[in-house]
Amino acid sequence: MNRHLISAGDLSQDDAVLILDTADELDRIAERPVKKLPTLRGRTVVNLFYEDSTRTRISFEAAAKRLSADVINFSAKGSSVAKGESLKDTALTLEAMGADAVVIRHSASGAPHRLAGWVRGSVVNAGDGAHEHPTQALLDAFTMRRRLGRLDGLRVTIVGDVLHSRVARSNVLLLSTLGAEVTLVAPPTLLPVAVGSWPCAVGYDLDAALPKADVVMMLRVQQERMNAAYFPTVREYSRRYGLDAARMALLPEHGIVMHPGPMNRGVEIAAEVADSVRSTIVEQVANGVSVRMAVLYLLLSGSDQGDQR
Amino acid sequence: MTGTWLITGARPLGRDAADVLVRDGLIAEIGPGLDEPGAQRLDAGGLILLPGLVDLHTHLREPGREDAETVSSGTAAAALGGYTTVHAMANTEPVADTAGVVEQVWRLGREAGRCDVQPVGAVTAGLAGSRLAELGAMADSAARVRVFSDDGRCVDDAVLMRRALEYVRAFGGVIAQHAQDPRLTSGAQVNEGEISARLGLTGWPAVAEEAIIARDCLLTAHVGSALHVCHVSTAGSVEIIRWAKSKGWRVTAEVTPHHLLLTEALAAGYDPAFKVNPPLRTAEDARALRAGLADGTIDCVATDHAPHPLEDKETEWEVAAFGMTGLETALRVVHQALVEPGLLDWAGVADRMSARPAAIGRLSGHGRLAPGEPASLVLYDPSPREAIDPTTHASKSRNTPFAGMVLPGRVVATFLRGRPTVLDGKLAW
Repeated sequence: MNRHLISAGDLSQDDAVLILDTADELDRIAERPVKKLPTLRGRTVVNLFYEDSTRTRISFEAAAKRLSADVINFSAKGSSVAKGESLKDTALTLEAMGADAVVIRHSASGAPHRLAGWVRGSVVNAGDGAHEHPTQALLDAFTMRRRLGRLDGLRVTIVGDVLHSRVARSNVLLLSTLGAEVTLVAPPTLLPVAVGSWPCAVGYDLDAALPKADVVMMLRVQQERMNAAYFPTVREYSRRYGLDAARMALLPEHGIVMHPGPMNRGVEIAAEVADSVRSTIVEQVANGVSVRMAVLYLLLSGSDQGDQR
Repeated sequence: MTGTWLITGARPLGRDAADVLVRDGLIAEIGPGLDEPGAQRLDAGGLILLPGLVDLHTHLREPGREDAETVSSGTAAAALGGYTTVHAMANTEPVADTAGVVEQVWRLGREAGRCDVQPVGAVTAGLAGSRLAELGAMADSAARVRVFSDDGRCVDDAVLMRRALEYVRAFGGVIAQHAQDPRLTSGAQVNEGEISARLGLTGWPAVAEEAIIARDCLLTAHVGSALHVCHVSTAGSVEIIRWAKSKGWRVTAEVTPHHLLLTEALAAGYDPAFKVNPPLRTAEDARALRAGLADGTIDCVATDHAPHPLEDKETEWEVAAFGMTGLETALRVVHQALVEPGLLDWAGVADRMSARPAAIGRLSGHGRLAPGEPASLVLYDPSPREAIDPTTHASKSRNTPFAGMVLPGRVVATFLRGRPTVLDGKLAW
């Protein structure tokens, strides 16, 4: 595996399977009364969050702590891009504090690439702009494998704002590496113009896609898209691309419904769908901790503190 | 250092070796076997002799951003790149939108003395795009401004653009348009296509440039004026300009060295060294630009030299400044991109980097190698191949996209009206 996890596209099939298998093993530990492992004792993991994301930060924090790493939470919301200390200076500060891994969430696509050039520790991308969110894709794949037993040949339909979605980008890359067949469904305004170069199929008709989907993943519609002429009205979006109970019934019997959260209930997903037995939304959160443990474990435990740094 | 120079053995425009006698700031004679007792001699055996280069598009940053560049440092960089004239863009602080500011820049250039500085005036007051700046006052000033541009911003209001084109007819001016539809490029970061889709950076569609160029060509024809298109970056733009020229309309265009040689693929590592406006495009676009420059559809190479201090580039891509330096690398890039593949000979280089930009800038005294003409010259050694090392650059800024790239050639000497500004590849004074 690479020293960093910045793009799901950096993972070979072997890397990805190793992470998922490791997450499986670590997941069993979560069922024990004492959940903690000594693996990363003495290692420092910094959570560097330039965007609010309680869910992702807590997940990484729990993962690092269960591996006995020291965790430093560095919330820099709004500070780098607009004003204050530059990302480079923050990186040099973290470097001076001896960070073995930096988990970064940033509103600017590519910020983890830049960070990786300035620190010696491992960089884990916890979501950068509209670029990628590789641990989300890993936990999604983990959840699919748990529920449906395989990834190879699995038919996954991802629905919504692909253009601005880091979750969609990472999922397309990772799922295609793992042999799944991905179909993107969205209004044409919310697909990148060059989406045809991606390793997936593309469609505009959700009703046509659902009967052939083992998994349907609904993406969040960001508030700021609603007023930017990507679609006429929220109601129309919801009618054409929202998942309600009637649409869910088009799925095959074993089909599952996923959402990376946070949800807009009533917009891209109806409440009764989100809370149905087909929904894996709560499991995804739980699985996130195991997958992130696996990532930190594999990135950090192999390297000796002095040597590979 | 002024006075009489005898340059021996140089190859004018890459042709057979000849000697050049320079006296009183002029080319006195060109021919084989010249001798002039008392003249300072410069052995130029094997070197290409070109007329001093003319840049239509330079950001000297002074006044306002002297941390990035000054007229003095920028003209030193220009001389080292073989330039004897640069057109200083108007987007300074304050904006060059009055006779006072353009005269100040012009005077700073005269004081620096290494390269003529020809100010470009803003089209609209404060580059704000709402009303015309005092174009006539700038034209009548000591700076004799003929090229007007809101570069960095597009004059996107069609009525304002029409009026500007009409108005400058009174004094033979030209509007140099930065063709970029602002609505289609809101927040845009990289060329819209596979790269933008993969990187999650907001796309900059080719149509945002091409639509403005098409509109402006039509407006230019309608009012019988002259349009110059800045930094053309797409294959579609080349086609539109070719079509406009075929109609006989007075449309000229420039291309930057970086758009000739580099592509959007370089953005993949999110290094803002490759962030520029307009963005680097596809390999196909670059090919069309080279072909367009070779066949004359694109009139000239202009650097769009855009210096920025380190801290404005050592950031996340999205917050980094747009722009690249270019004066000290342009001739070598053109050598690599056009001369080596056989698209352009040295006479062609002289035309595209000196004669035509001088004509578009309404400058006399540039672009010709002939007895009686001002001795503004560059001697270029085509044989070395060395990596670009930004730490050796005279520009105050280091934001070259060519750092580490091995390019052919070396500027050996530059003369401005008979006075050497560069000798042996170094500033002469």
